[in-house]
Amino acid sequence: MSDRIFGGIGLMLAALYAFAATTIPDSFMSDAVGPRAFPYGIAAVMALSSVWFLFKPDPAPDWPRMGRIAEIGAAALVMIAYAQLLPEIGFVIATAFAAAYLTWRLGSSLLQSAIIGVGTSVGIYVIFHLVLGLSLARGPFGF
Amino acid sequence: MDTLASLADGFAVALTFQNIALALMGCFLGTIMGALPGLGPSNGVAILIPLAFTLGLGATPSLILLTSVYYGAMYGGRISSILLNIPGDEPAMMTCLDGHPMARQGRAGEALALSGVASFVGAFFATWGLVLLAPQLVKVALLFGPAEYFALFALAFMTLGGVSSTNQAKSAFAAALGLGLAMVGVDTQTGVPRFTFGEVHLYDGIDFLVAIVGLFALSEVFIFLEHRGTDKDASTAPKLDIGRITPSWKMLKSCTPTMMRTTVLGFIAGVLPGAGASLGSFISYSMEKKLVDRKGTFGTGDPRGVAAPEAGNNAAAGGALVPMLALGVPGSGTTAVLLAVLLSLNITPGPLLFTQNPDVVWGLIAALFIGNVMLLAMNIPMVGLFVRVLMVPPRILMPVVAMVSFVGIYGISGSSFDLMVMIAFGVAGWVLRKLDVPLVPVILGTLLGNAMEVNMRRAVTIADGDYSVLVGSWLTLALWAVAIVGFVLPIFVGGVVKARMRGAAEREASITD
Repeated sequence: MSDRIFGGIGLMLAALYAFAATTIPDSFMSDAVGPRAFPYGIAAVMALSSVWFLFKPDPAPDWPRMGRIAEIGAAALVMIAYAQLLPEIGFVIATAFAAAYLTWRLGSSLLQSAIIGVGTSVGIYVIFHLVLGLSLARGPFGF
Repeated sequence: MDTLASLADGFAVALTFQNIALALMGCFLGTIMGALPGLGPSNGVAILIPLAFTLGLGATPSLILLTSVYYGAMYGGRISSILLNIPGDEPAMMTCLDGHPMARQGRAGEALALSGVASFVGAFFATWGLVLLAPQLVKVALLFGPAEYFALFALAFMTLGGVSSTNQAKSAFAAALGLGLAMVGVDTQTGVPRFTFGEVHLYDGIDFLVAIVGLFALSEVFIFLEHRGTDKDASTAPKLDIGRITPSWKMLKSCTPTMMRTTVLGFIAGVLPGAGASLGSFISYSMEKKLVDRKGTFGTGDPRGVAAPEAGNNAAAGGALVPMLALGVPGSGTTAVLLAVLLSLNITPGPLLFTQNPDVVWGLIAALFIGNVMLLAMNIPMVGLFVRVLMVPPRILMPVVAMVSFVGIYGISGSSFDLMVMIAFGVAGWVLRKLDVPLVPVILGTLLGNAMEVNMRRAVTIADGDYSVLVGSWLTLALWAVAIVGFVLPIFVGGVVKARMRGAAEREASITD
């Protein structure tokens, strides 16, 4: 069943892609093929393989329970927040929080998580910034 | 003799203090990444690429660092196979079959040392194979025009799913997805933006490094989050006695013919597109089992069963570099990642690479020889150190992987937008892996998409809009024929091979558990 849904989504994606390709404007300079032909080909391959999933689906994978899917979603949200806050609050603070969250969700206790989070963050800062000279995001405190 | 002279020049390039230090660092990090379950060679190289750039390394030093990681990971994979019965990476799966039983008999040290030697033999001779074969392949490739290149790219995509994929439609879908992503951005030939939806950040296209790190490294973090608490944790496995860490001469001698045969076989498997190291170790093991296993000792801790897959997978790793360097078409997932390195350094792999950047090619090959010796030296006496690293539980390791990925990508562009794209790729990678859609064609598509389109358009434009030029020469017809056979054949036999690989691994698991 998963594959059938996947095939349906794939078909929609292919149609969307082909539609987006039709909106590519022409240019004053153009070759014999133009900027749309290749994307049409890609959309065709995508659509054909999606149709294949619809007719010959594989056995469904073991999807995790809702809780675990929420877990993955939450981790993705934390990462998005991290990406947004990184330039605002600086590397060390943002990374300590993000790493602590991830290790907590992977099974560390709360106290351990705090230590591992800070340790990871400071460790990366020392190795990559102080030793290797990589520029990391600077926060209001300069780190 | 030309080749040997070039190789000597290569050694001159590679033997600088910086390059040796980088090779040493790469070998060390690679072995660790190979040994840790969940971090394979592709992941390892993917995480380190952005770092190599942000450190401002030149082309040759970056490549030396990253290929050392690649070779190192191939060595490292065996450590956790033998000690924990968990393959450190996919090619090391077959090493579990005899390696772990040996460890249970108190011969873990011997198994580790023997597999180290076998890895060295495989990689060493495969690097010679690369030296000899790549320049020959270059001569063929010089005959290629745009139409032939288009056919060659198609061949790469159609065979990549190959024997390791169970469902060719999924490989095709993955390739289309990758190619589709490559189209995003301003069209290089006409200057019109495509699929950018007005987002300025997308005008440059999607950086394939962002895609690679997201798909490989971040999706691994999500996989661990999903399986938390259900998998065997490396740190809870019973501690095994390592025993002596030098193999006896008798054992080495009895394994020599095995190592020789499997090196050749592995190398061929590596050169062929779409096969790669996993297949190399698999067919090596099964061939040796058929040939020499008269007493039925394979699977119960036979040293030859340890030597065969290790020599095979390391030889395949070297073999996979041949098409990547000579044609610009990678033969496996990790070489696809290495191709990304070349492209980001503005080096176009392929026949011209050997004439335009001989220092890069030969310096790299020389570095492989040096790295190999380092790895042998590192892997026999220092194996205890790597064993200790294995005890780092994933709950500490995975956050570090995620954070280092973020650091690397942010270091390149300094933009939060790229990080968001990377997270999106991470989630997409997790979903695709759940659906058994291979990720390597996606990567290859984003890497080669533009080159493939440019060659197609160039060929048709030269022929004044006549599409039949794409199948207009014998060379193109031959390439298309191989591509079609490579795509269709696995539908009939590929499922069988994959099922056997899995079956073998599962039988083994059921015996020991």
